[in-house]
Amino acid sequence: MAHDIGFEALAEDALLLRFGERIDIELNARVQAAAARLRQRLPQLECVPAYASLLLRFDPSSWAEHDGDEPHRCLQDAVNAVLGESDTIAATPRERVIPVCYGGEYGPDLADVAAHCGLAADALITRHTAAEYRVAMLGFAPGFPYLLGLDPQLAVPRRRDPRQRVPAGSVAIGGSQTGIYPEVLPGGWQLIGRTPLRLFDAMARPPSLLAAGDRVRFQAIDEDSFRQLAAADPR
Amino acid sequence: MSVSVLKPGLLSSLQDAGRPGHAALGVGRAGAMDGPAWQLANALVGNSRGEAAIECTLVGPSLRFEQAAVIALTGAAITAHVGDQPIPMWTTCRLPAGSVLRLGGMTHGSRAYLAVRGGFDVAPVLGSRSSDLHARLGHLHGRALRAGDVLPIGAAESLRSLALGGTVQPLPWSINPQPWFDVSGRPLALLRGSHGHLLDQASQQLLHDATFILSKDSNRTASRLDGHTLHLRESLELISEATLPGTLQLPPSGQPIALLAEAPVTGGYPRIGQIATVDLPHLAQRRPGDAVCFRCSTLGEALTRLAARQQRLGRLINAIAQRLEHA
Repeated sequence: MAHDIGFEALAEDALLLRFGERIDIELNARVQAAAARLRQRLPQLECVPAYASLLLRFDPSSWAEHDGDEPHRCLQDAVNAVLGESDTIAATPRERVIPVCYGGEYGPDLADVAAHCGLAADALITRHTAAEYRVAMLGFAPGFPYLLGLDPQLAVPRRRDPRQRVPAGSVAIGGSQTGIYPEVLPGGWQLIGRTPLRLFDAMARPPSLLAAGDRVRFQAIDEDSFRQLAAADPR
Repeated sequence: MSVSVLKPGLLSSLQDAGRPGHAALGVGRAGAMDGPAWQLANALVGNSRGEAAIECTLVGPSLRFEQAAVIALTGAAITAHVGDQPIPMWTTCRLPAGSVLRLGGMTHGSRAYLAVRGGFDVAPVLGSRSSDLHARLGHLHGRALRAGDVLPIGAAESLRSLALGGTVQPLPWSINPQPWFDVSGRPLALLRGSHGHLLDQASQQLLHDATFILSKDSNRTASRLDGHTLHLRESLELISEATLPGTLQLPPSGQPIALLAEAPVTGGYPRIGQIATVDLPHLAQRRPGDAVCFRCSTLGEALTRLAARQQRLGRLINAIAQRLEHA
């Protein structure tokens, strides 16, 4: 598992593990598996997964044997040892179903996106809900999931003029990715729908509805269900 | 116990050590831009639990202390008065109930810290009282202070040397700010960045020889550097990966961006360097228009300097605690 990982010391307290240079579900699954195993075996590290890399942040004074860049080498040895173990942690990713009200005021770009893809709006919704997605990483804003697995036919360029205020819960397509805005944020992705679920609440445990590695499906709902779910969301 | 904000200053916010450990959720660390100055402000009022202090930017706030309090000011050289009486920095000062502390402009540096004994006791969010202005996390949803805000002060046992009195009274000693507040404009130590070797030759030379100017368009997220544009030998399509405070990025404009306390947790711009952690407070204290230049450094040197600074800071904090105990 560990043989083809590139290590790079990014900063005094940071070591980056590179698994590849592509955006790819399989590659990202290796990142998530490594993160899960390192969190279990070396819980003193902070693990930050991205598409094809994993950042480790650590306290250099607790990994140093000598002066110099020794702490990074010590940590790299420990990481190699943990990732080289033959036992596999059977990580079963969680599956989350995200209800989405597509189109209308909730997804103001749906018609444009459908036209761009050469699809009827209904066909676009069918394809968007048919796919299984993986959360590659959270970033951009607290709880914002970058989702892999978008049907390639639904890829659409970002908006030329980004919005200053994208409503919280907006489900959007940007390039070949799809994501969900957890809060009111500026953003340039195309808005196709909105979920009534609250994706991030700093006071909730856990604060984020989604975590890197999760499997995600979208389920189309109507406006009445949207309002009911929005009122009932315990988060 | 509370403090009322009469005037907010240019950009004043509560900051502590930040919220490490949540980057995987998309939550950055935030926290004080000049960590040692924040730590020393707390030490000078006898706080030892990483209490939140007010970080002031360029122009400080005016505050009314509803009860008697013990305060300390560190960081950028800021004018401070209660009535006509100037309040010295880098020492401990008692204020009587009803004092209005007027913080003004800064003659050197851009970030000053106001600590109060007991700390600003707002509810922590994900383990920190820091305001993440960008992600809107923290007290008041992470926004900067406004006139009318009331900040509670935490309880603290009284120290004999800090007995609260009816007059404004600084202690008769102060710490030497020189090692902690450097305005010499000396070069910042720059470690190798993942894509630094992909800069064209002229740009590699500029990065280490040229003087950049800190852009007005700088904030707690990043310092933007004007004056020279840098170029890669060929354009690079990168996929996003984790970023850190101190990362020097090169966006397509060619103007380097140094990420700071509110660095986004992921980013896709080429990394052309990493500023040594010990030098980040020096960068945080530069003002728009100030010179910024870099020198080549190594991870080994950066680790050694960081360990040495932590040791010096620890010794000073202990010495301050003893002095407060026995004064």
